[in-house]
Parts: sequence; C-alpha cells; structure tokens
Amino acid sequence: MLRTVDLFKHFGGFVAIDGVDFELEEGEKHAIIGPNGAGKTTFFHLITGHLRPDRGRIEYEGRELTGLPPHRIVKAGLARSFQRVNVYPRMSVFENVQVALMARDNRHLTMFRIGARFNRDETLELLALVGLAEEAGEQAGELAYGKQKQLELAIAVAERPRVLLLDEPTAGMSPSETEEAIRLIQEIADARNLTLLFTEHDMTVVFGIADRITVLHNGGVIASGAPDAVRGDPQVRSVYLGEGGDGAA
Amino acid sequence: MESVRVMPRPVAAVCAVVVLALLVVPLLDSRYLIDLFTEIMIYALFALSLNVLIGYSGNVSFGHAAYFAIGGYTCAILLTTYEWGFAPAFAAAVIASALAAGLVAWFCVRLTDIYFAMLTLAFAMVVWGVAFKWRSVTGGDDGFVGVSVPAMLDSRIGFYYFTLAATGLSAAVLWLICHSAFGRCLVAVRENRIRAGFVGINTRLMRWWAFVVAGTFAGVAGAIFGMFHRGMYIESAFWTESATVLIMTLLGGIYSFFGPAIGAATLFVLERLTNEYTEYWPIVLGMILVGILLFLPDGLAGLARKLASYRSRGG
Repeated sequence: MLRTVDLFKHFGGFVAIDGVDFELEEGEKHAIIGPNGAGKTTFFHLITGHLRPDRGRIEYEGRELTGLPPHRIVKAGLARSFQRVNVYPRMSVFENVQVALMARDNRHLTMFRIGARFNRDETLELLALVGLAEEAGEQAGELAYGKQKQLELAIAVAERPRVLLLDEPTAGMSPSETEEAIRLIQEIADARNLTLLFTEHDMTVVFGIADRITVLHNGGVIASGAPDAVRGDPQVRSVYLGEGGDGAA
Repeated sequence: MESVRVMPRPVAAVCAVVVLALLVVPLLDSRYLIDLFTEIMIYALFALSLNVLIGYSGNVSFGHAAYFAIGGYTCAILLTTYEWGFAPAFAAAVIASALAAGLVAWFCVRLTDIYFAMLTLAFAMVVWGVAFKWRSVTGGDDGFVGVSVPAMLDSRIGFYYFTLAATGLSAAVLWLICHSAFGRCLVAVRENRIRAGFVGINTRLMRWWAFVVAGTFAGVAGAIFGMFHRGMYIESAFWTESATVLIMTLLGGIYSFFGPAIGAATLFVLERLTNEYTEYWPIVLGMILVGILLFLPDGLAGLARKLASYRSRGG
C-alpha cells in the first residue's frame, strides 16, 4: 500500500535516514520503534511531505508521493498526528475539527457562504467519538494535555484517511490516559478500516496495538516482522538492552 | 449548541445602531461632521481590509497603502484624463488593485513573518516610486488634482451617502468572507500553518487569496478617497500611510472583525482633535502605539469584550 525505496535524508553531516526500504500492507497496524535519534520522526516527516528526501522514492498505491507538499499527500489519503501537540490554540475544540472536515470537503476556498454551519453534525460525531463532546466550546489551547492529544486524533481522523500515521500517540500521558488512548486508537482504526503506522516509545503500547513492528537504528532498518519475532531478534535485543545506541552515525 | 448564531446579538445591535446613526448624520447639517464621517468610513474600510491579512491570515503587511493608492490613482486618472464614466472607472480601479495585490502576493506568500512584511514594504515603495516619477500621468509630487466627479456625487450629502453605501456593502462582503469556510480555515492557517497543511489546506494559496481580498477592498477605499478629495497625492502611497492603517488596525484589535473600524474612527478623530491644540501629533501617535502594545494587545475591541464579560459575570 505504502512503500519507500532506498529513502535517504541527512542534516549536515548527520545521516538521519539511511537507505530505508519499507513496506506497509493494507489493514495492518504497524509500529516503528527504535532508540532516541533512530530516525522515527524524520521518517514520518519524509512520508508526509514535511521534509524532502535527499534520495529515494515514496509510493502510495503505486503513485509517487516523493516531493509532494503535505496538503497533497493528505488528499491522497494519508493523515498524521504529531508527537508534540499541534492544534489551533485560539480556536474552539469544535472549530479545530470542523476546519479539518471543511478541508477534506474542499470548502476552504468557499468565500461567499457562512461557514459556521458546514459539517456541524459530523464534527460533533467525531468529538463524541474521541470523548470530547463536553469540551466542544472550549478553547483548544486551554485543554488539558491528554485532551489535546485526543483532539489531535480527531483532527487526523477527520480527513477520512486510509492510512493514519501517529507519532508517539501516548507521549507524555499518564498510565491510565495511555490505556484509554490505546483503546480509542484501536476502536477508531477498526471502525474506520484504517491502516495504522505509528511510532512509540512505550512497549506496552507497541505490543498492545501492533501486528507488525519495524525497528530503526541509526537511520536504518535492523528488523521487521511479527511482534514475537522482533522481540526475540538478537540484534534488536542488543540495541535495546545493550549500549542503548543513542549516538549519531 | 442547537443553533449557530453567526453574529452575536449584541454585535448585530451595535451594527444596526451605527448604521442608523450614520444615516442621520447629514440631517445635522454640519459640513464639518459630514466630511469627518465620510473620511472615517473610508479609513474604516481601509483598516478592515488590512485585517483580513493581519488578523485572519496572520501576515503583517507594511505596504497596504500601495493598493489604496493604486485604487485611488486609477479611478482618478480614468475619470479625469480619460473621461471614463463613473462605473467603469470605479470598477477598473478595484480590478487594478486586485491584480496588483495578486501579483505582489504571488511573491510574498513564499515568505513568512518579517520577510513577508519587508517584501510588502518593498513593493509598496515601488508603487510610491512610480506615482512620484511618472509625472505625466500621476502628477508626481504635485499630486493628481482636479478629479472630475460625476454629477450625482458632486454634492457633499450625495457623496456622503454614496460612501456609506459603498463602504457598508464592502464591509458586509468582507464580513461574509471572514465568516465563510474560507475565513475559518484562514484562521487555522494563522494559528498553525503546519497543522493546516496537514489537514489538506494549501496554505500558500489561502494566504494569496487573503492578500488579494485585502488589496481589493483597499482599492475600493482608495477610489472613494480620491474622489472625495478631488485628488490623489503621493503621500497616500508612502510607507507612513501603511503604518497609519496598521496602527488603526492594532488599536481597534486584530482578533475582532469590527475592531479595525473602531480603531480607524478613534485614531482619525484623535488626530483631528490633537491638531487643534498642538502640531505634535506624531508624539501622541507614538504614545498611543506604546499604550496598545503594552496594555491593549487585543485592542479596543478586546477591551470592550473584557468589560462586557466582566459586567455579565459581576451581574
């Protein structure tokens, strides 16, 4: 469904992504793990158009995505959430989601009709889905951190993507919030038939959700496969249990 | 949230009162007041147009006077030199401003923040330079004087009502644009450009349109201004004019649709009053600016909102 071929990205002398060949199958819940600095977020930025690769290709359903701007990639069916909360702080929770729906329906250039009524019911439905129905009228910037993460999820899902990319969806959450977030992500992925690609530090989350895991280390793939196989992989064990491998390439 | 009220009732009530008051101003039979309010309406529209760019799209322009001047000069020159009728001259002026804004915006939206602002300033200086040097057409620093105005707009009261209708209609269209899906998505672009891109919004295109809308309505204001004064002068294209409208917008409040109009009226009246007592208006202006930046970040509209919520909470 989604494929990268020999993807390469460096920042100055630091090689962040070093020739990654990667394949995402339709319907799977695929986790990308790796120590800090392994290149997980850079990999996400490349796929979603936030960064341009220095070399290599990104293909989605046989279509080349390499070098397209984010808004085109979203329209192709890939939506993402961010590691650090990334909402519209001075807008209401309702408007945060509504804007995503308006954009999905290509209404963002509709100038001569009142916009407040567009996509109302669907916005409320989505807010209910992520458990933010009560907060619809609040300013997004004033929500508690965990709730902002939920809002982030609602925004990403609003675009009705086929592939949802989540960058550390539970980062900074308490254990109970994490548990709730896992349940929510799984529920949404199942209900909407989403293919899921996510990065995560928390191994409970990874093994709780993923049916496939790819391990990045120093910008390269060192293992990829079913959770049990990856867990038993000696190289993965040495990276995680050994010296940590946080150093630059 | 059973129904969505697009304009809060108190705001609608204030709008109605303001329009009614403006309708009866000529009955007071004061030439001074009629002229004062004509000019206030022109500047209010000018400031409202700038706020599409600043308040809604989050891009500060230091060169908004360029489009005001292009509208003003085009209308004045076509009416006078080429003896066009009023409607085609006025329409051509607005189109000229829109096209100029579209061209400049094409370059500017590639940049953000201070670089965006400086580029708007650079283009505005080019417009000023053209108005200054192209003496045969614009009159250079003597100004383009003796604009022929159609007979129906020749009377002071006639012109006043024309200005009220034109600025009122323009403000209504701007209000609709700012409250459309476009307006709402534009605020999202202002709030978080990166995130807006990741929900499928072409943020550059949105900012381009915001610039064009702003320039177009600045052109409307400029065209009215030139006819009102029976002349256009290069000061209208100078960067100080861009600064004035920027200060008006900030004073009124960029996070409110009507704020800039309030700011325009306030600043204009203050300038008139100050000039009656002292020639040091720039000092007063500087102090006003300091006041806004330190104490009124959301401008007069923000202050009004704060007072209103304080009163409703206090009972």
